[in-house]
Amino acid sequence: MSSRLPRLAVIATVGGAFSGLFGVGGGTVIVPLLILWFGYREREATGTSLLAIVLIAALAAGTQGVYGNVHVREGILIGIPAIAGVVAGTALQQRISERAVSAIFAVLLIVSAGVLIL
Amino acid sequence: MELTDVIGLLAIGFCAGMLGGLVGVGGGVLFVPGLVIFVGLGQLEAESTSLLAIVFVAAVGAWRQRSYGNLRVRDGILIGLLSPIGVLVGTALANAVTERTLELAFAGVQLFFAWSLARRALRRPDDGAEAGQAPTAANG
Repeated sequence: MSSRLPRLAVIATVGGAFSGLFGVGGGTVIVPLLILWFGYREREATGTSLLAIVLIAALAAGTQGVYGNVHVREGILIGIPAIAGVVAGTALQQRISERAVSAIFAVLLIVSAGVLIL
Repeated sequence: MELTDVIGLLAIGFCAGMLGGLVGVGGGVLFVPGLVIFVGLGQLEAESTSLLAIVFVAAVGAWRQRSYGNLRVRDGILIGLLSPIGVLVGTALANAVTERTLELAFAGVQLFFAWSLARRALRRPDDGAEAGQAPTAANG
């Protein structure tokens, strides 16, 4: 257990840095690190990542809100259909293999890297 | 905003949530371009507004995954609480190296992860859908 906390701190640091620099939640680095470094199963990694993201994004959104950069109405307008989407997505995830989750994730990472490079 | 923009926003919101549920991300990768294209926000405002939507998606997603037995509450909370260290590191990095360097470095990290996950998935025999299987170490 003693070596877990430093490793979790490393994941938090990389995820937080990625989130702060690029305005995303940090999930694209948290999920692979939980799988590859902690030996999490895919479904556990994605569930646990979402909980970490709640805290990361709430903190970041609060900070940006102080600077007046958050458009609340538009955030809610895009967020409400996303709630329906995430309920459907988590339900679908229970019905596909964990390999498929990894494969979808790998594609997302390649697309995300492509966007950063271009 | 015109009606087509509202429809676009709703559609991309749903897709972002779906992606978030499937692979455990917040959906910012879709929220940000959606807010730029359909609302006309600038990059910083789109990223900031996206973070608000991410809070909704991640909270509901984490709650659903908890009921499926796929959430390790303690680890998730620890990562979230320790993340401000990362924000400080990120800010320091942003001042130390160019934005282009950061973009290329993170793209490299993501490509490495993609390769590692794909290799690992190919090595392991397919375990099929395991809905209902007891999680090994969930401490929800």
